[in-house]
Amino acid sequence: MYLFDVGQKTALFEEHQRLGAKIVDFAGWEMPVYYSTPLKEHLAVRGKAGLFDVSHMGEIFVTGKEALKLIQLLVTRDCSKLRDGGMALGVMCNEAGGIIDDLIVYRFSEEKYLIVVNAGTMQNDLNWIEKHAAGMDCAIENKSGKTAKLDLQGPNAEKILQKLTEFKLSGIERYNFVEASIAGIESIVSRSGYTGEDGFELYFAEEKAVELWNALLEAGKKFELQPCGLASRDTLRLECCMALYGHELSEKKSPLQSGYGWAVDFEKEEFIGKKALEKQKADGFGGKLIAFEMVERAIARDGCKIFVEGKESGIVTSGSFSPSLKKNIGLGYIGAEFSEPGQGIEVEVRGNKFKAKVVKRPFYRRE
Amino acid sequence: MENPADRKYTKEHEWIKIDGDIATVGITDYAQHALTDIVFVELPEVGKQVEKDKQLCVLESVKSVTDVFAPLSGEVVEANSKLEAQPEKLNNSPFNAWIAKIKIKDKSEVEQLIEAKEYTEYVDSLEH
Repeated sequence: MYLFDVGQKTALFEEHQRLGAKIVDFAGWEMPVYYSTPLKEHLAVRGKAGLFDVSHMGEIFVTGKEALKLIQLLVTRDCSKLRDGGMALGVMCNEAGGIIDDLIVYRFSEEKYLIVVNAGTMQNDLNWIEKHAAGMDCAIENKSGKTAKLDLQGPNAEKILQKLTEFKLSGIERYNFVEASIAGIESIVSRSGYTGEDGFELYFAEEKAVELWNALLEAGKKFELQPCGLASRDTLRLECCMALYGHELSEKKSPLQSGYGWAVDFEKEEFIGKKALEKQKADGFGGKLIAFEMVERAIARDGCKIFVEGKESGIVTSGSFSPSLKKNIGLGYIGAEFSEPGQGIEVEVRGNKFKAKVVKRPFYRRE
Repeated sequence: MENPADRKYTKEHEWIKIDGDIATVGITDYAQHALTDIVFVELPEVGKQVEKDKQLCVLESVKSVTDVFAPLSGEVVEANSKLEAQPEKLNNSPFNAWIAKIKIKDKSEVEQLIEAKEYTEYVDSLEH
């Protein structure tokens, strides 16, 4: 497998290098982690606007008479409620109720859907989807390699994007999308994102990536648009308590314990994992996802142990300094009995225990 | 930012100002730039015996945790506690924001430190 040792690059790799980005390997992709500094980029998204290349993510189209039937089987959320131009966040589970991936479902029509998945899980997701599509009257098309994805996020996002399109963007409500021409490039434009701010996710043909990236940076100059890397993407999503696959989410975790209970529609006739999740709901489940804030001076990091009254009771899955709140925050799993806000806990950092407390999610919500 | 000639350096990107048997230690501009926004400093305790090339303190940026190694062996006689509340000083003025003062145990270790000119050449070689 020698050929695959080198990380994959998005169509914008050279643009990132030109902007002086620090590049790291992420899920087999060589991605920008920051251009200026993570803190500046984080605050740019909260205060002005930020542009992220997230072309590494996976795009899988499902079309045909039984497209909805397949999606309903795979996704825990009831996607029959979606209208054309609507989208839903959700998860796909295995039979045991473990999370295969978190994803977004876009509905174009009753017979056409787009599923957006994580880069690191894309192949596994595709295999799972194809396996269950066998015998159904629908087609699966993986467009991951051919699709560029840019996220334009922050309070100035609409003003910037509006400069590049005739389409009246103020008409797109949160978690809705349209197909529109942006700088002359046919794009899927959804009002959504992974930062907790207003903003858009854009999907379009990979060969147009450099053109649209530069058009957005140019249009954004007046609005202090900042190219942003994965470091700020991570702290932005953490402040909003949005889970990250491989940290909060895995096949060992169920949506009920990981804060995705709202995405499980038990009224739905059938979906993979339903029986296991119903049993969990009735009998209870092990650890539960919590948000916590450090009381004593320390930054909790992924993998740090959580203690309650001296007894090991959980583990940190994400932790950082919060640039917006100027506090040290984190997410982790803990016994359900200790998961109520206000609960005192301790987090072990470099061999010492530091006081922290469970708080209400999310840490940050835009006004 | 220029590397001041009034002090010595290590290839681990620390600066060391020698005053008699006291060494004042900080990190260079190159180091703060590579670490990005420093948001947390875990200082060594005063009285701690540190060994050359072993952990002196820990610096955390938004995304990373980095050990700073002691450039010389000896006893920590002072730590810059102001950095606990203002870790960004390490980014904003790295050559003023000292981390700790070490009472030098073995003077011969001072001779292993490098001059500003040699350090600058070393950093240039990393950037090209």
